[in-house]
Amino acid sequence: MTERAKRLIISAMVVILFAGIVVSVFLGQFSISPGELWGIIRSQFTDIEPYWTSQQEHILWTVRLPRILAACIVGLALSCAGGVYQGVFENPMAAPDFLGASSGAALGAALAIILGLGDRMITLMAFVFSLATICLVYFIGSRTRGNKTVGLVLAGLMVSALAQAGTSFIKLVADQTNELPEITYWLMGSLTGIEASEVLYAFAIVCIGCIPLLFLRWRLNILTVGEQEAETMGLRVSLVRAVSLVCATLITAAAVSISGMIGWVGLVVPHFCRKLVGNNYRYLLPASMLTGAFFLLMVDNVSRNLFPVEIPIGILTAVIGAPFFIYLITKGGESA
Amino acid sequence: MISVKNLSFSYGNREVLHDITFDAKQGEMLCVLGHNGAGKSTLFKCMLGLLRGYGGTVTIDGKDMAGMNPAEKATHVAYIPQAANPAFSYSVIDMVLMGTNPRLSGRVSPGAAEREIALDTLEKTGIESLANRSYSMISGGEQQLVIIARALAQGAETLILDEPTSSLDYGNQMRVQKILRKLIEEGYTIIQSSHNPEQAYTFSDRIICIKEGRIFREGAPVDIMDERLIEDLYGIEVEMMTSSDKRARFFALKEDGQK
Repeated sequence: MTERAKRLIISAMVVILFAGIVVSVFLGQFSISPGELWGIIRSQFTDIEPYWTSQQEHILWTVRLPRILAACIVGLALSCAGGVYQGVFENPMAAPDFLGASSGAALGAALAIILGLGDRMITLMAFVFSLATICLVYFIGSRTRGNKTVGLVLAGLMVSALAQAGTSFIKLVADQTNELPEITYWLMGSLTGIEASEVLYAFAIVCIGCIPLLFLRWRLNILTVGEQEAETMGLRVSLVRAVSLVCATLITAAAVSISGMIGWVGLVVPHFCRKLVGNNYRYLLPASMLTGAFFLLMVDNVSRNLFPVEIPIGILTAVIGAPFFIYLITKGGESA
Repeated sequence: MISVKNLSFSYGNREVLHDITFDAKQGEMLCVLGHNGAGKSTLFKCMLGLLRGYGGTVTIDGKDMAGMNPAEKATHVAYIPQAANPAFSYSVIDMVLMGTNPRLSGRVSPGAAEREIALDTLEKTGIESLANRSYSMISGGEQQLVIIARALAQGAETLILDEPTSSLDYGNQMRVQKILRKLIEEGYTIIQSSHNPEQAYTFSDRIICIKEGRIFREGAPVDIMDERLIEDLYGIEVEMMTSSDKRARFFALKEDGQK
């Protein structure tokens, strides 16, 4: 496939994502017509007589739009982080929770819930615990003997297990009538009841994390050929690796702190994009980000509209992601 | 010209290299022989700056390599491993483009100029027709030529190859060595390690023999390559035969030649 074709695909992804966002605005329990939407948006800039209900306006700004953007941001962040981890660890099975970001976030959230803290504190605790978990993983990983990358992965595995044990313990002692369901629900991943302020906070952190990653993306290719070779090609391996990991971790923590545990996205979306635009991170990373945003947006649309009872998005991503991954790995045919 | 002077290196208390001194001139093919664990790879890693904390100096055209940043080093010396297996498959041209990394300075990714360079080096190694193929789908010999092209794309004039043909079939071994000879004629300096004394005899200008971290013999192949050298290197007794045109020497294991 030519570079031109790849650029074309990515441009098409931008258009599709934008179209997906617009369509999603009309989906939901309260219907908003295109004309009403246009009016509500215009009324932000000029004075016009409302021909829509205040309830519609309220739903759009405080419920629907935050949720749509949250799905996009979380999908984008997880897919981007997954792709980066796969490169940095030279491992196709790497995913955003590879180093324990998700289990750390879960522990933080569970703790906040049994302490009776509010929604914002749950998000903040999830974020802080996620970062703390990863810091601990790096600290242990840096002290292991032998191969540092393997050390880091093993440390991630161990610390994750500890965090999961902590979460299980909290579930055990949690009040069964309200705390336990809330924790369980958080662990299943959901974008229900997300607030505009949370979206804004996640958006800011994801932006901060993604900019260096986009800048370094072509160099990630060199990391995948191995540490020593990369160094002889003039790459500052430790610097590129450290910056990539810190940024990927930051955006993962921001994403899971507002969404809860959403699995599979970060693993499946980059692999889908590898088939689509090849393994070159120059195209793979933007493609993964756009596809991830679109994918989670669509899954969330299903989650909130298709069934009478809302299905946690984490369950849906697993149901769609796992079979799709099996299809990807068995379809064969190596694309370059 | 790359010069190694009084190089020594230890892993902890274990001294792996001891007082190694040699140089490789422009347009010279050097072959380093030595049994497994003799210190060949460690020597190369020191020369490439992958191992720090060595004693002595490695200079290139009189400039100390230890003071160079990674990108600067990469434009002088390139490394070709025994076999390169990236975790993900790239197109051949993308693999070669990775070699242009030291030329990018602040830019995000290679542009048209780097592409031109990459295509040029593919032509030099005779595999320009593979440019858009997938690296994982071509033969081992072709893969090795891609890695050589990648090294040339760095702009380095000294190539260090760690047993570059040891995982290839006989035909590909010869093909790769032929391309390396062609690069020598173009003025590149090549240092390779090998476990094949017959090949070292045929293709190199000078042979350096390492044992227990020291150079114990060094010279032109025709002067030093004989039964005694093989015995000293590998501890086996052999009988030597020379082809009628003297271009090749062969060794046959003596009966009960295992000492």
